[in-house]
Amino acid sequence: MSERSREDVIVGLVPAGSHVLDLGCGSGTLLARLMHERGCSGYGVELDDTKVLHGVRNGINVLQRNLEEGLSIFANDSFDVVLQLDSLQNLRNTAAMLRETARVGRIGIVSFPNFAHWPNRLSVLRGRMPVTKVLPYQWYDTPNIRVGTFADFEVLAGQCGLRILEAFGLHDGQVVRHAPNFFASTAVFKFERA
Amino acid sequence: MASVGHVTPQSLHFSEPLALRSGASLSDYSLVYETYGQLNADRSNAVLVCHALNASHHVAGTYVGQARSEGWWDNMIGPGKPLDTDRFFVIGVNNPGSCFGSTGPMHPNPATGQPYGADFPVVTVEDWVNAQARLLDRLGIERLAAVMGGSLGGMQALSWTLQHPDRMNHALVIASAPNLSAQNIAFNEVARRAIITDPDFHGGHFYAHGVVPKRGLRVARMIGHITYLSDDSMEEKFGRALRSAELAYSTQEIEFQIESYLRYQGDKFSEYFDANTYLLITRALDYFDPARAHGNDLSAALAAAKAKFLVVSFTTDWRFSPLRSREIVKALLDNRRDVSYAEIDAPHGHDAFLLEDPRYLSIVRAYFERVAQEVRA
Repeated sequence: MSERSREDVIVGLVPAGSHVLDLGCGSGTLLARLMHERGCSGYGVELDDTKVLHGVRNGINVLQRNLEEGLSIFANDSFDVVLQLDSLQNLRNTAAMLRETARVGRIGIVSFPNFAHWPNRLSVLRGRMPVTKVLPYQWYDTPNIRVGTFADFEVLAGQCGLRILEAFGLHDGQVVRHAPNFFASTAVFKFERA
Repeated sequence: MASVGHVTPQSLHFSEPLALRSGASLSDYSLVYETYGQLNADRSNAVLVCHALNASHHVAGTYVGQARSEGWWDNMIGPGKPLDTDRFFVIGVNNPGSCFGSTGPMHPNPATGQPYGADFPVVTVEDWVNAQARLLDRLGIERLAAVMGGSLGGMQALSWTLQHPDRMNHALVIASAPNLSAQNIAFNEVARRAIITDPDFHGGHFYAHGVVPKRGLRVARMIGHITYLSDDSMEEKFGRALRSAELAYSTQEIEFQIESYLRYQGDKFSEYFDANTYLLITRALDYFDPARAHGNDLSAALAAAKAKFLVVSFTTDWRFSPLRSREIVKALLDNRRDVSYAEIDAPHGHDAFLLEDPRYLSIVRAYFERVAQEVRA
């Protein structure tokens, strides 16, 4: 299962025993794994009613909040790790969110669909917006309001005062380290405040 | 889903005086309570349910021979319900100062032999929690699986975690607040003035005069009721609907259905609620403020809590708004306490915590399944 192996990669990035904030935690399966497998603690943030319910069922601390309203409820440096997996592209104010992530956590880990993945480029060359496993939406109904590339993020991270600790791509559950801006459907960055 | 069926209130008498926050004490008092379900062998499955302003120990089930006598949280508590009485031993207790059975202002003051009336000592949320703790002592329950309450009941649940942090595993704080806002105190004050200025109030000693300050109680209830509903739900339920087809052009007759509804609610309330109790309970609401002793730092106040929390608010509740629940959540986060928070998108205002909303009830059910996992059968 590629979803599971994707999760494995993220789990491997989180130091054991970390206090974790998972922004857009969905049903909380990742946070539950971090708790059970790596002795982590922490909270998930989720807006969707059904996912919040699943979070409670999965035994995590889940907080129902709209991430667009920011992270003001969390104090400075209150987490070892802040996860923002496949939710950054849904938020309007990407730069503010990244700065906030770095404010509340020592380490940030984000992942998002890499628009520069070669099939996407091909699709645009052919004159159509890409519709793929990672970008499954039509252009007119996508929740991805901030579509960027692996290379774009490196620039934004610098502008937001972040130091990149680790950067790689993911495709079909496999880590892509060679030319990830071209070969990876998903970009993953681990960073801290510079 | 099934009901707990017919229930019978029980009563326990306490002869040792209960020291109160005010410095006064309450001697020789009784607490009326109900229980549902079975206490397990290691006494670890008890859940205490704290009541709000106009409710009582009668949380679930019905009384024999009384139509529509369902407890106030009957949709929440019973066999197979979110708080499942097949798994938990549930306790509802009436607070001192109330008018539903536990010692209150209508009962004789041992010092005079006359009804307490206005002389009933001012009771606080903390005092109620201590009274409830004594009830648990007598029932042989050292530690609760959970303490739960909505609105003022949620304040008691929160206060439990601060006053007796080792006596529960979980706290469910629903549609509540860490203290009342100025606006909330203002509503309470209007209600109190309505009662106190009623000529039948007689300074709180109306029992001796054989009257009840019903006019004051009616107005108090009308004000309260407005604040329990959302603008939208009132609009949907009543809108500008008229009682009769033609306008009467009268300043004193009922024209709009909403007026008729409020008057009906006020009349009903004034038939059964005690005026002194209304004053006492609204004051307890006003006084509750655990942060006050910590330089108004709620995070410092909640550092004492050890329980795991479920905090729930409702989007259209403007009396105890989600903002207030988030303050509780933030203070718990600052202390790294286990907390889950659900903000239910419900149209019904503050009353939503008593109503049947599947999202709300599912969350509470899921949470209690977690609580149950920690309790041995």
